Amino acid sequence: MSIFEYNGSAVVAMVGKNCFAIASDRRLGVQLQTIATDFKRISKIHDRVFIGLSGLATDVQTLYQRLVFRHKLYQLREERDMKPETFASLVSAILYEKRFGPYLCQPVIAGLGDDDKPFICTMDSIGAKELAKDFVVSGTASESLYGACEAMYKPDMEAEELFETISQALLSSVDRDCLSGWGGHVYVVTPTEVKERILKGRMD
Amino acid sequence: MECVFGLVGNGFAIVAADTSAVHSILLHKNNEDKIMVLDSHKLVAASGEPGDRVQFTEYVQKNVSLYKFRNGIPLTTAAAANFTRGELATALRKNPYSVNILMAGYDNESGASLYYIDYIATLHKVDKGAFGYGSYFSLSTMDRHYRSDMTVEEAIELVDQCILEIRSRLVVAPPNFVIKIVDKDGARDYAWRQTVQDVTTAAV
Repeated sequence: MSIFEYNGSAVVAMVGKNCFAIASDRRLGVQLQTIATDFKRISKIHDRVFIGLSGLATDVQTLYQRLVFRHKLYQLREERDMKPETFASLVSAILYEKRFGPYLCQPVIAGLGDDDKPFICTMDSIGAKELAKDFVVSGTASESLYGACEAMYKPDMEAEELFETISQALLSSVDRDCLSGWGGHVYVVTPTEVKERILKGRMD
Repeated sequence: MECVFGLVGNGFAIVAADTSAVHSILLHKNNEDKIMVLDSHKLVAASGEPGDRVQFTEYVQKNVSLYKFRNGIPLTTAAAANFTRGELATALRKNPYSVNILMAGYDNESGASLYYIDYIATLHKVDKGAFGYGSYFSLSTMDRHYRSDMTVEEAIELVDQCILEIRSRLVVAPPNFVIKIVDKDGARDYAWRQTVQDVTTAAV
């Protein structure tokens, strides 16, 4: 079993009309055993940038702490929040620093840039950025997620429809993956508000 | 094989651990206390390589005391758990400790809590947790009977059920267990569950 599949995870982000949604599963496992069903994989960097980290849970926690630290320093120096593109470059640089002993995580970054334009990207564990205009996925359920998102996605969805779409894509994909699931955690972010919702799916 | 498990009840947390010190096929002693009293209101139940277990838990205990002497107030359970995770995470890619930890504590502001800390520094706050082969039996038993508002008597009944399950179904089941409790009155021994006691011979 690969070390990326040790804890199990599923993260997806989608772009809508002046909004974005980012969702993850809630299972924390140790190979076949489930430890907890309320593990947080998505973290807020600031009101308009979120990062979802899939992969090894210990590195998810370490990397999140390092990124929050770097962003807080940035805020103190620049007296403003980081743009999502800048933050993505920061994450990529931090991951590549450990090129020959990497953090075993695959981040998904989603944010609202200038003019409320949504930005999403994903990268591998050594920081190779992949920008996308529609959706990005990562985790043990990534292959199922690619299929579900491709089928269900359409451009320029409003916040409510985007929430429905990303939730259905997430739940149907994790149902095909034994290492992820036990519900879902969805953030839908518009220029005016952040809506956090918990999904109840197949609890198994 | 080492069995450690614990749960949170109404204003208290209980942890139980087996008490065998094993080296290959030989049982060195059957009254080894694996639950350390970290400070007045914290318990650390540790399982893993014996040298690492004692060294690492003592290191954490001394640092927690140092904080209290330097700052005049003790650490909260969450802070102690995060410190422990930090030490494990720093050592992970240099000189890893093979110790799994369940940290139970009581704080006046937040009540009783239990933290699951894996040997690769995965930290999660849980209501019930377990490590080792015994976890396959104790976690399922706890899943079935656990409620968040259990009294001490009900929780001890559940702990005894878990111990019975481990004893009857695990092929290399440990003979003896120690149970410790932490609540507003502090961390202390609760009971020992022994099936094999040390034989003492008369002085010649």
